[in-house]
Amino acid sequence: MASYLRPGDLESALAAIAEAPRTIVAGGTDYYPARVGKPLDDDVLDVTGIDSLKAIEDLGDRWRIGALVTWTRIVEARLPPMFDGLKRAAREVGGVQVQNSGTVVGNVCNASPAADGVPNLLALDAEIELASRDAIRSVPIGAFITGNRQTVRARDEIVTGISVPKPAQGTTSTFLKLGARHYLVISIVMTAGVLEPAPDGTVASIRLAVGSCSAVARRLVALENELRGRPIDAGLQDAVAEDHLAVLSPIDDVRGTGEYRMDAALTLVRRTLAELGSA
Amino acid sequence: MATQSKVSFTLNGNPAEIRTDPIRRLSHVLREELSMTGTKVGCDAGDCGACTVLLDGRQVCSCMTPVAQVEGREVLTVEGLAAAGGRLAGLQESFHLNGAAQCGICTPGMLMAAADLLGRRETPDDAAIEDALGGVLCRCTGYKNIVSAVRHAIEPNGIELDDPGPGEAVGARVPKTDGKRKVDGSELFGADSAPADALWMRAVRSPHWSATFTVGDLQPLFDAHPGLVRVIGPADVPALNAFGVYPHIKDQPVLADGEVKYRGEPVLALVGDYESVHGIRDEDVPIHYQIRPHVHGIEGALAEGAPIVHAAGDDNVMGRGFVKKGDADAALAESDVVVEGSFETAFVEHAYIEPEAGWARRIGDRLEMAATTQAPHMDRDEIANVLGLPVDAVHVLPCACGGGFGGKIDGGLQVLLAVAAWNLDRPVRTVFNRIESMASTTKRHPSRTSGAYGCTKDGKLTAYRFHGDFNTGAYVSFGLTVKDRVPVHATGPYHVPNVLATSAGLYTNEPPAGAFRGFGVPQSALLHDMLMDMMAERCGIDPLEFRHINAIRVGDATATGQVLEASAGLAACLEGLRPHWKKARAEAEAFNARSSGVLRRGVGVGCMWYGCGNTSMPNPSTLHMGLSRAGEVTLYSGAQDIGQGINTTAMQCAADGLGIALSRINLVWGDTDLTADAGKTSASRQAYISGNAAKFAGEDLRRQILRLANVGDDAEIEFGEGRLVVRDGEAVREVDLTALPLTRDSDVLVGEGTFDPPTEPSDEFGQGTPYATYAFAAHMAEVEVDVALGTVKVRRMVAAHDVGKSLNPQQVEGQIDGGVAQGLGLALMEEYVPGRTENLHDYLIPTVGDMPEIDYVIVEDPEPTGPWGAKGIGEPTLIPTPPAIFGAIHHATGVRLTRAPATPDRVRAAILARNGGKGG
Repeated sequence: MASYLRPGDLESALAAIAEAPRTIVAGGTDYYPARVGKPLDDDVLDVTGIDSLKAIEDLGDRWRIGALVTWTRIVEARLPPMFDGLKRAAREVGGVQVQNSGTVVGNVCNASPAADGVPNLLALDAEIELASRDAIRSVPIGAFITGNRQTVRARDEIVTGISVPKPAQGTTSTFLKLGARHYLVISIVMTAGVLEPAPDGTVASIRLAVGSCSAVARRLVALENELRGRPIDAGLQDAVAEDHLAVLSPIDDVRGTGEYRMDAALTLVRRTLAELGSA
Repeated sequence: MATQSKVSFTLNGNPAEIRTDPIRRLSHVLREELSMTGTKVGCDAGDCGACTVLLDGRQVCSCMTPVAQVEGREVLTVEGLAAAGGRLAGLQESFHLNGAAQCGICTPGMLMAAADLLGRRETPDDAAIEDALGGVLCRCTGYKNIVSAVRHAIEPNGIELDDPGPGEAVGARVPKTDGKRKVDGSELFGADSAPADALWMRAVRSPHWSATFTVGDLQPLFDAHPGLVRVIGPADVPALNAFGVYPHIKDQPVLADGEVKYRGEPVLALVGDYESVHGIRDEDVPIHYQIRPHVHGIEGALAEGAPIVHAAGDDNVMGRGFVKKGDADAALAESDVVVEGSFETAFVEHAYIEPEAGWARRIGDRLEMAATTQAPHMDRDEIANVLGLPVDAVHVLPCACGGGFGGKIDGGLQVLLAVAAWNLDRPVRTVFNRIESMASTTKRHPSRTSGAYGCTKDGKLTAYRFHGDFNTGAYVSFGLTVKDRVPVHATGPYHVPNVLATSAGLYTNEPPAGAFRGFGVPQSALLHDMLMDMMAERCGIDPLEFRHINAIRVGDATATGQVLEASAGLAACLEGLRPHWKKARAEAEAFNARSSGVLRRGVGVGCMWYGCGNTSMPNPSTLHMGLSRAGEVTLYSGAQDIGQGINTTAMQCAADGLGIALSRINLVWGDTDLTADAGKTSASRQAYISGNAAKFAGEDLRRQILRLANVGDDAEIEFGEGRLVVRDGEAVREVDLTALPLTRDSDVLVGEGTFDPPTEPSDEFGQGTPYATYAFAAHMAEVEVDVALGTVKVRRMVAAHDVGKSLNPQQVEGQIDGGVAQGLGLALMEEYVPGRTENLHDYLIPTVGDMPEIDYVIVEDPEPTGPWGAKGIGEPTLIPTPPAIFGAIHHATGVRLTRAPATPDRVRAAILARNGGKGG
């Protein structure tokens, strides 16, 4: 017999999930689409009653995005430019309906190769916070998602939030999503970039990530290394070479061929750098 | 069985409390447990937005909201919008006046999305409106009037209802006579009503493309699910376990009997309570399949040694079409210029936002059926066949149709429901979910066409040789129509002295391809208009002028030897486009010369013609108009309104036929006990054929009144309560209606109108008069291509249409907007891959953000046989859009794509191939 729990605090939720595994539901925007025409018969833990997971907090050296923060909250929150890319992604997730219900953390936990939030969170060097009845831990997002729809979350754990370290003053970010239509579209390729400037106008550090071109979105570390120390201008994009995308392994599907994805990723990475360079 | 919880919330301002399963979708609870059916369900997956409601003032998909999450919160649905007051209430009126609702199925979702915006933003701009509506799909309107309606709810544009007087209805910009119920949530679609004691039915469908099967012992299933009442199989079909759209071909089983020919074919039907039939997984039903090799695609069907889909045949050819005039081969050999080309198109899904749904019940020896449909009288006949009943023992009460486009003619749902209800002697209802709708129902035929077109060096067409293969899927459906319609239309709307056009329909183990807005003509238009561009280029003639030279005109003979006697307005359409074309071509070329960047602009033109009505077959409509003792005038119309607006158009025609104000007429529609057969809503036939029948019915009633009053033809009739006053010059006669005997139900006089367009069967060379009249159109597309990514943005369309007579300009424009949207989808993004894109996030249709600006050029070259000169507009609006877009892509990039849709990867690959692998 399927059961449904909607506890009002984290402790109760962790106690319940420690007892038996449950499908965790927040915005429902991945749960229901996976069950069209199928019975809703899993044991569910609905976490939306846990108020402590709803905040976006400035913790001094980092930002913390609670597990129940929706895309709309990201769009409407007053956040520094380092989050511009994430805001742009938030506006392009599904329609406004999905943005109002769906959570950033849910997007990460669903771990789709085309998850709109993941490239930005990779570029932001985010960490995923997990809690179980007995422990809490923090895992870099790159290690949290291990494959298509796979994460390191244990069955008795709940993701409670995302922690984003504060970078240097003046850090900028951007995000590009390529799809075959406007609105309500799953990306063919996505790119995200976060650039930390040095006082002399060169790149102190830059993080670039590409989504939908591998089972898990990937950082372009070789390119990032090459860009460090370069002047921040439109010329940044000239550094991009095809080899920098060697970490990607795009597949053919209904949205596009793997070959096209690779080619489009190259274009989008260049455009990402053009934007960051001219910001 | 699931847990039950109490959920208390505010619903449309009032407290609501319900005990239910807390994980249930809010949409389901609203509709099935609280009987609030204004909120629609299109996909259950957040892909279409039809179920949009406001939760604490914000739009959410109620299909993805666990009902438990609304505890203590405020839910606003379309039913509460009017009471919300102010601008929110004004939205509904604005939608009605601006023609923002066609079928009306997306309207509640659109209204709520707009309400979210208006509730929180004082003066949103168009971009904000599009952002707010971006999560709701519409398949009818092309979104243009929806955006206008929202804009004008913010800043009223003073638009007012046309309220035409007697004789003024035809040609008036009249809002839909049934429009109010489409905006207030009261319209009842297939899933919106059913007898309270109805059982639920769910079909178990084949997961295999081709297989034989046996059904094992079902008793354990009944034991495990006490709410399962009956499992219906082929042996339960009382008479004929087969259906099909043609009277002489019934090839598709109601339930598969020992073998399945495509994935999605119904095998058994589970009937019982909702929880049971939806709680049983297909894999738990003991159906044992033995998989056979299958055939996919045109190449697969034609391959050496391919499995034969229908054992009766010795190949996979369903049928062949043929038209021959003159000697095409000889003429091509002598032509100054010959161009050759081929084109490939995909399965296209109708993607109406309302999945199939309905209910049926047995009442003694009669069967009553209410379902979403495009053809109530055909449903009646089909059900009678399957049940072995006389047709008058079947009573079809069609529901409002939440979009059809050809996909709701084949009555697979209706016959299955009828069998279940007949056997159980209890009402039975069903609602297809989006996945089963997309997997099991008909599609547009995929095609592979090729041709050689010839012309003289000064651009006069000489000959066309054409062949098209069409994938008709596992069953015939409308395959015969497609294979016959294509050769007739293959040349395009041009005068061509020599034609050899052949076609073949091919069986595969894929969903049946059937009727879809254009019946194969959009596919062949992509080829003929690409060849027009190629010839124009070779001759050094402007593409639009090349078409103008060759436009078929009055006095010219078609490929079937039919000499057009009137109403051939293509040349006028092109003349209407000409100033737009010159300006846009020059602007695009200037933009490209200026820009060294990756954005390139281009302008293309596409032309079409379309024979209105069935091909070479009788195609009558009969409508009645009654006058009651009370003096009430009622139009009885069996012409199904699927959102295109025949309810309104027929009333306009009938009103002016009789000479009464439109607002004085009542309408009874669809009910097969009360209306006569007005044929299917397909083939762009309703305004032309049923519009005519409505006019004749009105005229007949007028004649009867004048005869009764014994006055001349020019007399004026004044309709009063229980009486008529008839004035003929000085003579004034009063007719006391209350004293007249009843002739039919409550009517004392009944006018009848029938129209059957004059056609002639074709001879052995396909020569004849397949259609009484043709509609003509030319579209111009302006696109911008990002050559580095291969993405195409359609910036503007100008649509020129010869409609004969615009019976209702708002509806004509609405059809154009919607046809352009579907044409844009076909051109750029729509490709149904069986087994892979059975949902509305992998199968993409245009959203509000994809729509171009649209301008209209309306040409009225009257058709003598049409009502006030009118002919059809439904299909013509889609057909010229794709070739115009493909031509524009070529103008922008120099790349000629020969496969639709032109997805970004295909466009980019073509650009790279042209540049020898170099980007840019």
